[in-house]
Amino acid sequence: MAQISSLAEAVKSAVRDGDTVALEGFTHLIPHAAGHEIIRQGRKGLTLIRMTPDLVYDQLIGMGCVSRLVFSWGGNPGVGSLHRLRDAIENGWPQKLELEEHSHAAMANAYEAGAAGLPCAIFRGYIGGDLPKVNSKIKRVTCPFTGEELAAIPAYRPDVAVIHAQRADKAGNVMIEGVLGVQKEAVLASKRSVVTVEEIVDELPERSLNAVVLPHWTVGHVVEVPGGAFPSYAQGYYPRNNNFYKEWDAISRERDSFLAWIRENVLTKGPEVFAKYARKHRMAAE
Amino acid sequence: MAEYKPNEMMTIAAARALKNDDVCFVGIGQPSAACNLARLTHAPNITLIYESGTLATKPNILPLSIGDGELCETAITTVSVPEMFRYWLQGGRIKVGFLGGAQIDKYANLNTTVVGPYDKPKVRLPGGGGAPEIATSCGEIFIIMAQGKRSFVDKLDFVTSIGHVSGGDSRAKLGVKTKGPTKLITDLALFEPDPETKEMTVVSIHPGVTRNQIQENSGWPVKFAAKVAETPVPTQRELEVLRELHARTNRAHAEAA
Repeated sequence: MAQISSLAEAVKSAVRDGDTVALEGFTHLIPHAAGHEIIRQGRKGLTLIRMTPDLVYDQLIGMGCVSRLVFSWGGNPGVGSLHRLRDAIENGWPQKLELEEHSHAAMANAYEAGAAGLPCAIFRGYIGGDLPKVNSKIKRVTCPFTGEELAAIPAYRPDVAVIHAQRADKAGNVMIEGVLGVQKEAVLASKRSVVTVEEIVDELPERSLNAVVLPHWTVGHVVEVPGGAFPSYAQGYYPRNNNFYKEWDAISRERDSFLAWIRENVLTKGPEVFAKYARKHRMAAE
Repeated sequence: MAEYKPNEMMTIAAARALKNDDVCFVGIGQPSAACNLARLTHAPNITLIYESGTLATKPNILPLSIGDGELCETAITTVSVPEMFRYWLQGGRIKVGFLGGAQIDKYANLNTTVVGPYDKPKVRLPGGGGAPEIATSCGEIFIIMAQGKRSFVDKLDFVTSIGHVSGGDSRAKLGVKTKGPTKLITDLALFEPDPETKEMTVVSIHPGVTRNQIQENSGWPVKFAAKVAETPVPTQRELEVLRELHARTNRAHAEAA
């Protein structure tokens, strides 16, 4: 049942040391503000799941919150490497990072299977490549009807899903528009959830009859954090800040510059700093 | 004749490989530039699909990431990522998959995972993303990659997605029914698989490029087809549209700062 709370309360109550956490978002609506709160609260030993780990996972990994990563594409899109992720894999800094590596199709299917309450995902994939050699969770099953060999991996049932969306109403019904990624599936597959939104409104606005809405009884904590996806974007609110993604390459390249950035922008700040990114754009549009 | 860079020749040659009625799954970076160049020149009705779920998208600028708002705003519809991979890709509705990679071998198998051993990589690359299933579920695969000894290798450090596996009928023997890589477009030449051995073979050389150059930038003894064509030079229009697309993209990214 949705509970409207502050970000600090939501993360304190929903995200615990050692949890399996999926902060999802496919370029769009990436929950940066919530990720920063997890860093501030100093969570340890997390298993993070995400199809496309990007900057916020780089930050969580670089701050030593993460011991295991389940992923299918880990990079700074269009820019290059995630330097903190690479430092953890190649040099074990700040700690060793265990990997469970998949393809996008596998992960999308595993979230969907989790949301559907199934124990595993079955799909046509992982044919001929080397990923099954380095990931023991990838198995083959035979279709009992046709005899076709298919791939199977366990369903995802994270402890917590963390997502960002455009709007919720006061009851906590959450509406998502634009590039949807796997956020709906991630929330439905998880035991608990934290949903940050651009705004909490009295009533959800006029919408398509088939709009993507997570009803209030399927979500946990709902938190209003305007700008909370920055430098990712919120369709209808503010665009992706491609320049920050490019700047992150230099910020994150060295351990010292990374730590200085985190100190200045995360550890000594709160979620309210995100509001300026949303506001800046709204004013520019007027 | 207009002056152009090898990289522009590569993108233009890749764009020419696409047809107006193609339904194409687009990778980010070089494939995205080639696919949109095709759409803005000879293939205005091509259907471009990005793995973020955007169907039939017509971006005015090139996206930096696979899920930029521009893709969603100009798409006919945007579906969830599970639907994208299940109904559209696995369902066999996509004719051409357009991929790039960090390493390729002579059978067009691709590595985007690691350089060096998996457990102790010299360079950790981003990983497969959608490629493992794009490579086997799309009707055929086009690959665009600049040539070099470090990227065109005799043996891949890791097979992220398969091409023609070990040649001959080895791909079909795995139960894969799709064609696999039918074109490899580089900054020097165009390769197509030999009908029997499936080894990627040079069928067209870009203007001014020598066979020796192609060999020097490949980690295996390169095969040339019995008849090798010369790739037509980029037309004035192709160059203008490509350069304007890149200029628009750079302006838009700078403005968003």
